[in-house]
Amino acid sequence: MDWFDSWALSLATFIPMVGMAVVLAIPKAKEALIKQVTLLTTALTLAIGVIILFRFDYDAADKLQFPVNKSWIDVISSRYHMGLDGISLPLVILTMGITLLCVVYSWDHFPEPHNPKAFLALLLVLETGMIGTFLAEDLILFFIFFELVLLPMYFMIGVWGGPNRDYASIKFFLFTLFGSALMLLSFLALFFKSDPHTFDMVTLASLHGEGIVHGTQLLIFGGLFLGFAIKVPMFPFHTWLPDAHTEAPTVGSVILAAVLLKLGTYGFIRIALPILPEAAHSWAPVIGALSVIGIIYGALGCLAQRDMKRLIAFSSVAHMGFVMLGISTLTSFGINAAIFGMVAHGLITGMLFFLAGSVQERFHTRELSRLGGLLLQAPKMGWILGFCAMASLGLPGLAGFWGEFPAVLSSYEPAEGLNLGLFRFFMVVAAIGTVLAAGYLLWMLQRVAMGKIPEEWQDAHIHDVHKPEWIAWVPLLLLIVALGVFPGAVFNVTDDAVQVISKAFLAEGAGH
Amino acid sequence: MPAPYFDYAALAPEIILTVAIVAVLVADLLFEEREKYQTSTIAGVGCLLALVPVLYLAGNGADRTMFGGAYMVDNYALLMKALFLLAGYVTILLSTNYIEEGDYYQGEYYLLLLTALLGMTIMASARDLVTIFVALETLSIPTYLLAGWRKHDAKSNESSLKYYLMGVLSSAVMLYGMSIVYGLAGDTRLVEISKYVSSGQGGQLFDVAIFFTLVGFAFKVSAVPFHFWAPDSYEGAPTPVTAFLSVASKTGGFVALLSLVYVGFFGRGDAWQPILWVLAAASMTVGNLIALRQTNLVRMLAYSSIAQGGFMLVPFAVANQGDGSARPAAFSATVVYLLIYAVMNLGAFAALIAIARKTRSAEIDTYAGLFNYAPALAVTMSLFLFSLAGIPPLGGWYAKLVVFKAVIDAGTAQAVILGVVAAVNSVIALFYYARVAGMMWFKPSPAETGTGRVPVALGAAIALPTALILAIGVYPNLFARLGELATKGL
Repeated sequence: MDWFDSWALSLATFIPMVGMAVVLAIPKAKEALIKQVTLLTTALTLAIGVIILFRFDYDAADKLQFPVNKSWIDVISSRYHMGLDGISLPLVILTMGITLLCVVYSWDHFPEPHNPKAFLALLLVLETGMIGTFLAEDLILFFIFFELVLLPMYFMIGVWGGPNRDYASIKFFLFTLFGSALMLLSFLALFFKSDPHTFDMVTLASLHGEGIVHGTQLLIFGGLFLGFAIKVPMFPFHTWLPDAHTEAPTVGSVILAAVLLKLGTYGFIRIALPILPEAAHSWAPVIGALSVIGIIYGALGCLAQRDMKRLIAFSSVAHMGFVMLGISTLTSFGINAAIFGMVAHGLITGMLFFLAGSVQERFHTRELSRLGGLLLQAPKMGWILGFCAMASLGLPGLAGFWGEFPAVLSSYEPAEGLNLGLFRFFMVVAAIGTVLAAGYLLWMLQRVAMGKIPEEWQDAHIHDVHKPEWIAWVPLLLLIVALGVFPGAVFNVTDDAVQVISKAFLAEGAGH
Repeated sequence: MPAPYFDYAALAPEIILTVAIVAVLVADLLFEEREKYQTSTIAGVGCLLALVPVLYLAGNGADRTMFGGAYMVDNYALLMKALFLLAGYVTILLSTNYIEEGDYYQGEYYLLLLTALLGMTIMASARDLVTIFVALETLSIPTYLLAGWRKHDAKSNESSLKYYLMGVLSSAVMLYGMSIVYGLAGDTRLVEISKYVSSGQGGQLFDVAIFFTLVGFAFKVSAVPFHFWAPDSYEGAPTPVTAFLSVASKTGGFVALLSLVYVGFFGRGDAWQPILWVLAAASMTVGNLIALRQTNLVRMLAYSSIAQGGFMLVPFAVANQGDGSARPAAFSATVVYLLIYAVMNLGAFAALIAIARKTRSAEIDTYAGLFNYAPALAVTMSLFLFSLAGIPPLGGWYAKLVVFKAVIDAGTAQAVILGVVAAVNSVIALFYYARVAGMMWFKPSPAETGTGRVPVALGAAIALPTALILAIGVYPNLFARLGELATKGL
């Protein structure tokens, strides 16, 4: 299996790309074949992921496994360097799974203007970009994959999106591009400040920003911060998110929520923190403050929404606030919680967007004031919505709890040298945020699922969950329970790798 | 005085082009009206044949100098010659059907096109003020005529006249500057001028001379604030000519600028650097902001090419800063940018010409719903537009990257500020490129859609850049190596 070990990551990344090429070659009229090829491609990608799961050495989760390191752009000494450790593993598997489920979900209800060929081709490009980002160990390679997701998502929102899709798609594109342009400048600055000049993330992380003046470090971190924070998105850069989510087709929203947002948080954990620990230490209070503002702002935003999808979008802002709060503590406890939060949010919010899409398909509206009584008309779907709302508000025993609760708790004891009082204040604010979360989620549940069936829908024939939906949803629902009961399944994988990152801050704190 | 030394191998590309020019002229005289389309074939073959000695010389590797250093055939010159010849060939592919169907004079058209190309290939080797000037006029004068090729269209006449007047004015300004340089340095060869520069003589008068010379070239490369002629000329000229102007002609100006700044004037960074800094920042910002408001795609691409020119000027503005390591990096950044820009801009114009066969217009509104009835054209056009915007994995990202890299390499405050200006501009640029893509993909198609077929030559002119732009995007080493080779002679 040596052959597999050296090819695994390249296969995982580029099989979707090959699938896309095949899809493009099939005539538009052969829809069934196009769907089958896409399904096969995503299934094959996930199969690679499963083999990786089995061959991954869990005792050495802090090491980069299945490494590939080949020459790529010699002229600027950027290399094709990929690797997988405990931090990447859960996210890569999540990406592969979600993409497959998205294909299943959209099997026979593609949004207008239909065109499955283009839709699925874009979905496959997206998958390559997302998986590649989680695996790249070279800054330029990371940048390419990080940007690769922009075009397909832009077209997905713009072609298959809602009435306001023009505005939403370009806003999404411009915001992200602005951040990544500055991020690229920071990458180049890191290159020239390292000796010998390198884009290699492993080498840069082992240097810990040595030899860079503190002021310069702060600036470089600022560039990275903008690039990643816009993607997350953190308050006040979040304004693209509600628009993009609301206008995107169901599958687009699911991918956006489940994976794309994680590219930002992953960037913090993989690049910003380990490479510039000193600057991260100085920036941590700012990140923490923006996180808790995001938690409260997102929650209040939710309470003011009239559109179901927009409400879930704002709840993402709040949830990603918890993730960023965990990261800002710079402790292994907080970062572990953040990674768990990323996975949990991916599963739960992905599921909520699926539900919102299905509700819209049945009622042709997402207006909360026009919905109601889902439990009476489609009881199974109603119960699933209830379950996901519970998971999202952090009910113990379900996955959401393990993302939220430890993140809040971790700010009780941030890394050494950080202002204890400030972070404990953050903790209190974040705790209030969890209460608000319960408020808006229960309110949504009440509006959509409970109560009487409104006049409008009395005679409407509403289908309960149908087959593709079951197939797409059951794995997610099971995982939400499974991770809630056995959080160790993720924590044990991530912990070793996270320890390596947080170690830098122990030394950092001692130096202050 | 001994007879001047002629290295016929080194001059072979120019000689072949000259033969092709004569062949086109004779053929035009002898051929019947309905046979005249064959002049296009002769011109195309001429371009490709001229590439053969270029490749031979590149394989041979040795630098060849003639006329006391006034004429140089090194890697850089060969690379640029290859670029010009290929750009010329693609332009001929673009023109074949356009010129034939449009009922224009065909023989003269290709004659002028080849003459302009001859000027460009000479420019690539010119290392002397007089040679540079002769090359510049050889490449400019035919393009003044080409811009007015649509004789019965008032816009085309305006285009030609504006271009001509501005071109002559800039030549005058440039010559004035050059004359002062010659008066002070006592030599027209760039190598000798650079010796004079490094001896520290000259004072403020020399600064003035540099200023005038650069301003003259700023007209040629349509840098803001000397850009006014470009959009009108671009819009009025026949579209293949516009493609040629915005790629080959602009590159011709940049090649001269590269030789002048990096070889001749380099030591006087304090004199030329601020000028080029301002030109770069202004070109990017003004070009982009005005492009935002355009409703016609040709005009939009004209302003976008002004902005792209600004990006190419950025490395100039930082070349003489930092610890000196920036010089080769900046030089190769501009060269690589020129190469990639040529590919994507030619591709964009090729797609535009093909789409115009369906929409009968270059107004952006008429592109609505193109994706629904001509998906292949819509996709390739989108690829070129997003490549121009610098979105990975399309080739344009690498062009942007090397520019940013040169900026950060220099590392001074002015350099970093210019880098941030460039970063912000790349975001602004995306907005108008994406708007066109959005029009093609997001909007419903009109009730009646054109059914114009894409002829083979035009198809080739689209396919070639498409393949290249994807290849560069995924494996930029391809062009990056070329940039590095070109820098060796520096």
